[in-house]
Amino acid sequence: MTIAPPLADGVPDARGPLVEPAHPARPTAGRRPPLALLVAASVAAAAAAIPLVYLVVRAAEAGLPTVIATLSRGRVLEYAANSLALAAATTATALVLGTAVAVVLTRVRVPFARAWLLISALPLAVPSYLAGYGWLVLAPGLNGFVPSWLLLTAVTVPYVTLPVAAALRGASGDLEGVARTLGRGPFRAFLVATWPTVRPAAIAGSLLVALYALSDFGLVAMMRYPTLTWGINAAYSASFDRAQAATLALLLVVLALVVVAGERTARRQVPRAAARAVAPRAVGRGMLVSLLPVVAAAPLLGVGVPLLGLLLRLLDAATLRTIDVSRLLEAVGATVGVAAAAAALALVLALPIAALAARYRGRLVTAIESVGYLGHALPGIVVGLSLVFFALAVVPALYQSLVVLVFAYAVLFMPKAIGTVRAGLGDVPPRLVSVARTLGLSPLQAWWRVTVPLALPSLGVGALLVAIATMKELPATLLLRPTGVQTLATELWNRTVVFEFGAAAPYAALLVLIAAVPAMVLSGVRSAAKEEL
Amino acid sequence: MRASSLSLPAIATVGLLLAGCSAPAPAETDLPAEPVADGSFTLYSGRDEELVQPLIDQFTAETGIEVEVRYGNTAELGALLLEEGPASPADVFLSQDAGALGALSRAGLFTTLPAEIADAVPAVFTSTDGSWVGVTGRARVVVYDGERLTADELPDTIDGYVTEEWNGRLAVAPTNASFQSFVTALRVLEGEEEAAAWAQALAGNSPQIFEGNTPILTAVNDGAVEAGLINHYYWFRAASEVGVENMRAQLKYLTAGDAGSIVNVTGAGILAGAEGDADALEFVRYLVSEAAQTYFVEQTFEYPLVPGIAAPEGLPSLESLLNPQLDLSDLDDLATTQQLLADAGLI
Repeated sequence: MTIAPPLADGVPDARGPLVEPAHPARPTAGRRPPLALLVAASVAAAAAAIPLVYLVVRAAEAGLPTVIATLSRGRVLEYAANSLALAAATTATALVLGTAVAVVLTRVRVPFARAWLLISALPLAVPSYLAGYGWLVLAPGLNGFVPSWLLLTAVTVPYVTLPVAAALRGASGDLEGVARTLGRGPFRAFLVATWPTVRPAAIAGSLLVALYALSDFGLVAMMRYPTLTWGINAAYSASFDRAQAATLALLLVVLALVVVAGERTARRQVPRAAARAVAPRAVGRGMLVSLLPVVAAAPLLGVGVPLLGLLLRLLDAATLRTIDVSRLLEAVGATVGVAAAAAALALVLALPIAALAARYRGRLVTAIESVGYLGHALPGIVVGLSLVFFALAVVPALYQSLVVLVFAYAVLFMPKAIGTVRAGLGDVPPRLVSVARTLGLSPLQAWWRVTVPLALPSLGVGALLVAIATMKELPATLLLRPTGVQTLATELWNRTVVFEFGAAAPYAALLVLIAAVPAMVLSGVRSAAKEEL
Repeated sequence: MRASSLSLPAIATVGLLLAGCSAPAPAETDLPAEPVADGSFTLYSGRDEELVQPLIDQFTAETGIEVEVRYGNTAELGALLLEEGPASPADVFLSQDAGALGALSRAGLFTTLPAEIADAVPAVFTSTDGSWVGVTGRARVVVYDGERLTADELPDTIDGYVTEEWNGRLAVAPTNASFQSFVTALRVLEGEEEAAAWAQALAGNSPQIFEGNTPILTAVNDGAVEAGLINHYYWFRAASEVGVENMRAQLKYLTAGDAGSIVNVTGAGILAGAEGDADALEFVRYLVSEAAQTYFVEQTFEYPLVPGIAAPEGLPSLESLLNPQLDLSDLDDLATTQQLLADAGLI
């Protein structure tokens, strides 16, 4: 197969190579997307927009003066500034640390490299509230910005590490070698030659980190760092003031849209062409010893220490209740079941949006993609209530059924799939599809036989990310689950609210353990297809 | 790639979703079917499963009535019930605090309870209009680090905790419902200006801001904070998990009559959609029966509200905490309290 050298030319459209040297990042600019794709993506975006509609309805009920009064409260500005500061700081550190870890694990010959990659994925399995709680056992005085920032970084770093490591394995190192021979240092050479090819993956991961940081409530509540999610929760819990909560949530939406717009500016999808994996280089023992702490930092802070704290609390508990095994297994079954269903549905919704965003530009495309990300920026309780509202209005028969619960998860977590799937589809060289078309395949056949196999790893990554997030979700689950259905997260909550750490421990352990399975699979998803190119 | 090749699955998805979306938003027509005494009802419990389920099992064993229980935290269930409105599957709401009951009552979601139930507890501990009934009482207390302080080092009134001496040492949860009830009591008892002055003094005294009672107790018990304002029963729950002798945190009851020592309540109401449901009624009646009141005393260390039942051991008597000038139904003006706290920069 003839392959164009990387970065050397623009992106061809279906008619043949169309060189756009000035704007290699604007594939098929000016072309209109097919109507069917546009419609499918709009429908998925409409699903993602349900919380937004709900928030607008609730805020509008209150009227503009109330909205203004809420927004002008003394602490609201502080909440918003805190949210932004936390998201910005977390994203920056996660981006740097995640990229560094990925580089070390793919470019340096590390003993037990697979095991290290797996360990670096583990923080994904720990719910942020659990991480915060475990730390407080060991260091009860922790509070405020710095611990929130460091811990959020620790639990979100894999969102950057994993895609960047995958991209690096597929990235060509030749140019980096060329840059080195031209006298650039290793860091400069990486920035010039390799960074552009892993950048879309790194930026997409960073977006997930930023949205996670904006929407997280568990950790900031534990660490007593008041952000907008704190204000939203307070509005529900102290006054049952849904209008006030909606107003604050809309402010959060605005912040999220700023973040999404920022990502769009920073992202420049460079379709990969030739890629030859670079063999990891051997480094001296001293160098290794200084590099491995970089890799170990997030797993240690995000998994090791919190689990130690939980273990200590468990040993403290005077009342060790007998474990109700059948109940535990039921919760495991429910957790795995809803997570699998949510992953599948989220993928179905994310696919058209990702396909649109990967190939087309324009205001409508931008709007659809941005709306797709909304769910991830809102706290679970907001999305949960919005689906209560939606289900009762539209499908009352399905209210408090698994269908609505799974749908809520898909709305909440489809952004985790959109970014990775978009990057995966964008990586498929359009030229390959053109070649397939000239060989007589119909568009659908070409899509099925060329695009799908090549993008499959990214679909898998998206699905796994959704599954992990679903397993840990609490507030929306509490609102929407069918009465009587318990997941590991709700069971854990049931016990910790009454200080039953002895009884809670098996649920906490199992939750982390089960969420670790997809995290491990995730660490092993190789961009095999890319390497075969 | 021609993305139109996605059209087949896309069109199927569109069809399915449009079928769902095209239904008009219903008005208030989705009332549940006419309630009947069919031997079962649905309870939304803002109180925890570990604490409440044994009582429910006891109820089912005695009456044969099955209870479908949905557990959640009170705030979320309250918001949920408001969102569900008349379409709620719930027949009874058992709430962790009076604030949620007040909000639902104001929204007109409760039916009126028969007088025999509504009057089972003294008027100061229940709704004025019979829309819900108080079930148990919980006292506001100061929790303090027993390793660093002794009870007599702690002020006896709430004013003592906003002095220079207490700068940075007091933990509060200003966004929490029970804290806001206390501030409302302060307004009722001492007037708006006094209450505002107290809130300003607190805000200026570098308080340790927490999100709820449980984290405050945990922080005090771990030695992270010296003292905090919480409800009394949290301490007993924690003590039953680790053993009373292992509790570093201790409780201080403020002077009777001080706003810091008010007694707030949990309670239950029957939702409008379940009006006339004999099973639901039977359960609420059971909550104010001697059996249930005794259960709460023994299992959750809360004050019984029905006269003639003894308070939990080791607690000051309910009468000694009662403020005759305060009626709980005076505590429903949350909006003013929140404005006051917002003005002070606490929320």
